[in-house]
Amino acid sequence: MSDLRERQKKIRNFSIIAHIDHGKSTLADRILEYTGALTSREMQEQVLDQMELERERGITIKLQAVRLSYRADDGEEYLLNLIDTPGHVDFTYEVSRSLAACEGALLVVDAAQGIEAQTLANVYLALDNDLEILPVINKIDLPSADPDRVKQEIEDVIGLDASEAVLASAKAGIGIKEILEQVVQQVPAPSGDPDQPLKALIFDSHYDPYKGVIVYVRVIDGKIKAGSKIKMMATGKSFEVIEVGAFKPRMTIVDELNVGDVGFIVAGIKTVGDTRVGDTVTDAKHPTAEPLPGYRKINPMVYCGLYPIETSDYNDLREALEKLQLNDASLSFEPETSSALGFGFRCGFLGLLHMDVIQERIEREFNIPLITTAPSVIYKVTLTNGETIEIDNPSNYPEVGKIDHVEEPYVKASIIVPNDYVGTVMELCQGKRGEFVNMEYLDTTRVTITYQVPLSEIVYDFFDQLKSSTKGYASFDYELSGYRKSNLVKMDILLNGEQVDALSFIVHRDRAYHRGRIICEKLRELIPRQMFEVPIQASVGTKVVARETVKAMRKNVLAKCYGGDISRKRKLLEKQKEGKKRMKQVGNVEVPQEAFMAVLKIDDN
Amino acid sequence: MSQQLEIGGTGMPAMNKRASGSPKAVYIHIPFCTNKCFYCDFNSYVLKDQPVMEYLKALDREMELTAQETPPERIDTIFVGGGTPTVLTPAEMGFFLSSVKKHFPNWAPDIEFTMEANPGTTDLEKLAVMKAGGVNRVSFGVQSFQNSLLSGIGRIHNTDDVYRSLENARKAGLYNLSIDLMFGLPNQTVEMLDESITKALELGLPHYSIYSLKVEENTLFHTLYQKNQLPLPNEEDELQMYLLLMSRMKAAGYEQYEISNFAKPGYESRHNMTYWRNEDYYGLGAGAHGYVGRRRHMNVKGVTPYNEATAKGLPRLEQFTVSTEEAMEDFAMVGLRMLDGMQSSRFESQFGRRFEDIFSAPLARLLNSGLLLKRSDGDGYRLSEQGVLYGNDVFGAFIGHLTEG
Repeated sequence: MSDLRERQKKIRNFSIIAHIDHGKSTLADRILEYTGALTSREMQEQVLDQMELERERGITIKLQAVRLSYRADDGEEYLLNLIDTPGHVDFTYEVSRSLAACEGALLVVDAAQGIEAQTLANVYLALDNDLEILPVINKIDLPSADPDRVKQEIEDVIGLDASEAVLASAKAGIGIKEILEQVVQQVPAPSGDPDQPLKALIFDSHYDPYKGVIVYVRVIDGKIKAGSKIKMMATGKSFEVIEVGAFKPRMTIVDELNVGDVGFIVAGIKTVGDTRVGDTVTDAKHPTAEPLPGYRKINPMVYCGLYPIETSDYNDLREALEKLQLNDASLSFEPETSSALGFGFRCGFLGLLHMDVIQERIEREFNIPLITTAPSVIYKVTLTNGETIEIDNPSNYPEVGKIDHVEEPYVKASIIVPNDYVGTVMELCQGKRGEFVNMEYLDTTRVTITYQVPLSEIVYDFFDQLKSSTKGYASFDYELSGYRKSNLVKMDILLNGEQVDALSFIVHRDRAYHRGRIICEKLRELIPRQMFEVPIQASVGTKVVARETVKAMRKNVLAKCYGGDISRKRKLLEKQKEGKKRMKQVGNVEVPQEAFMAVLKIDDN
Repeated sequence: MSQQLEIGGTGMPAMNKRASGSPKAVYIHIPFCTNKCFYCDFNSYVLKDQPVMEYLKALDREMELTAQETPPERIDTIFVGGGTPTVLTPAEMGFFLSSVKKHFPNWAPDIEFTMEANPGTTDLEKLAVMKAGGVNRVSFGVQSFQNSLLSGIGRIHNTDDVYRSLENARKAGLYNLSIDLMFGLPNQTVEMLDESITKALELGLPHYSIYSLKVEENTLFHTLYQKNQLPLPNEEDELQMYLLLMSRMKAAGYEQYEISNFAKPGYESRHNMTYWRNEDYYGLGAGAHGYVGRRRHMNVKGVTPYNEATAKGLPRLEQFTVSTEEAMEDFAMVGLRMLDGMQSSRFESQFGRRFEDIFSAPLARLLNSGLLLKRSDGDGYRLSEQGVLYGNDVFGAFIGHLTEG
């Protein structure tokens, strides 16, 4: 037993907090390389970001963990567990759980850019989890690096002592040893008790087709090994452990996982839903008295319809969603039918990036061309009979006469910008029905602006507009802040006199006219000309608020086709047909894929 | 692929059931022009300094090799296109026509032997040589009766040349004459087209082709178009032009027998009907296409490369077998260009299958939409008035129906 307690003293669990692009993945790679977890030869750039999409976008979506051993300057051998965290706001809950598995965190800040909104949000999560935070100022080899200003910023904004912050360049391999020394000296060893019943935190899981769900855990008390009977405290499900292992960084089976260890459990678990992130694993026979705090079921915030362009892909789409869900319990979907688009699925996501990623993976990894409807938030509609219903699909919006009032979700949006853009950002937020909360100077040049904004407005092109209006200098973060009563209406779109359910959306009454007009214009541009004139109308209830017309294609016939033309004309017609395949027949109108997202591409200004 | 065509009914095997025998139609390409028109993307070369005689000898060689490979039987139609075949000198013309006769000697008594000509390249002497060599139909590229429009499209002739050429042709004993007109030209108005049609009809010819200008890639017009410097008529005017010319030709007693072709009864171009009936044709000359025994070929394009290739054998750039499915689709695509439509009985004799069985889905859709009508004798289908305007939507419904998975 005392061996175990000695071993426990040498364990350090930490993660890295950083804004996108501030060099988190590169730093992780350097640490792996430095500790010999991977030889340089084995090194693939950014090992921890394994998905193709993650590499491309330079973001981490699924978190990863890795066990390293490091001989410190004090002559001792330490066991370090580095837990990587996703950097994006959509995955805040996953971040908070992986932070809960650690005692310390490296706060990586770009030496030129300083603190960004998402970094700030994650630092607060780390502070909530009582983590030891070690500031690292990265990219100090950039010509524009200003480490002193960034140190000052860390002290002023977060209130952390940055005097010992390591000055590093992950890219150039500068400061890696110093970082590891600080981890060993300053991050506390795990404090659990090996003699208590098993208590372990699930911080992630993934599905393996041969072994079932592989659960990523951090052991708090007790131990776990093959043959243990375990129980998930939130779901109440029990399993027998088949094997346990560690990430070195490849998954490697070990005899047991003890206090402070980070590793994985294989227990013949069939569905990811049985192993919810944040849940506590305990001994089935001798359970721990109290589960770990902070578990919550995560609910999707944004919904949209996903429809296969080819009706025959419906079953493949369901399989794709099922497969993705195996690794992503936060993805929800259920079948839905649209009179315009046929059979598809209503899918729920944590946020817009999550939605984007899933959609792209389906198209790329499963090769299913999709039509995506505009995303919707969840509205709470109280009916005149007193009943309250939740609406995640505008086409299910009740008739006006039956509605007593409607509430919509708001978020607290924090935006950090150079002070030159304060006016621009405030104008943008105001335009999005935002309500000013406050404004704080981070330093002499940068400002945090906080607004209460309806989530539905964020879901429209807020990101894009923020980016373009601030030339990319703004960083942005949001969290759900509750529901508020709102004066909302459902807007319907009619093509050729027929209502297209998949194009309906919910909008604030004051801007219904404006939005209606713009979406009609947008659709007029997107819908190709057909043999007949296609009127496009936007209506609220029975009132038409905007109208446009796609003029008819008057003539479409090749003038010449003689002997030498046949192959060529054939190819021309084939090409024309190929274009049509990307269209959906709605009534007798051919509507291109993009049209269903057109509602998003509205610039209100 | 052929498994997809397991459709019962006729009990005939899904094989090439085409009428046996050699092509009855011959296309020969003369790739020389005095200059290149602004809209032209055909295989043609400015005549100056070209090795014309070598080309005609190479052509003679290709005809010889072709006759060895697929010995010709009775020839019903010959069409000499270009380029401008009439840029040949009378001596060259004489040489050329004698080699045609030498390698394709068995002419039907009523052979249709057409040569394309440009006004301004046809004097009486040359026309007489043509007539003597067997040519009995001449198709003139007139394009328009407004000189300003002609120079705007790069044509070097003027309206006087047109009248003179036609007069010479008649003097030479050539009466089966046709002219080409174009609409949708830069700066052309509906009124200008109307005037051109009036003047064309005054000539009292048995046949007219009237084409809509299409801006093709690799032409001067395409470059200008992309720079937004091509003042084409607007779409509505272009449509009005087409509607106008159709009604005027009809009123003047010409039958519109194809999208762009009008004739007095009995004067339809039988050679072009070969293409639209998806029947075989020999294709000879640089860049020429041929379709023989359900194989298509395209010849080497450049004049010198063609000459050199011919010395070694048949000057093929590419050739491939057309699958039964593709041929069936082609049959519909080209057949429905004829306003009289395509005949199901001809389809059945080419493929041993019923057209209605093979294309039931697109047929139902097109009949339902009113773009397609059943022929009055019940044997096949034709474009409706509306269908003529949206021909591509009709043809496109067949293309890919069998060949795409």
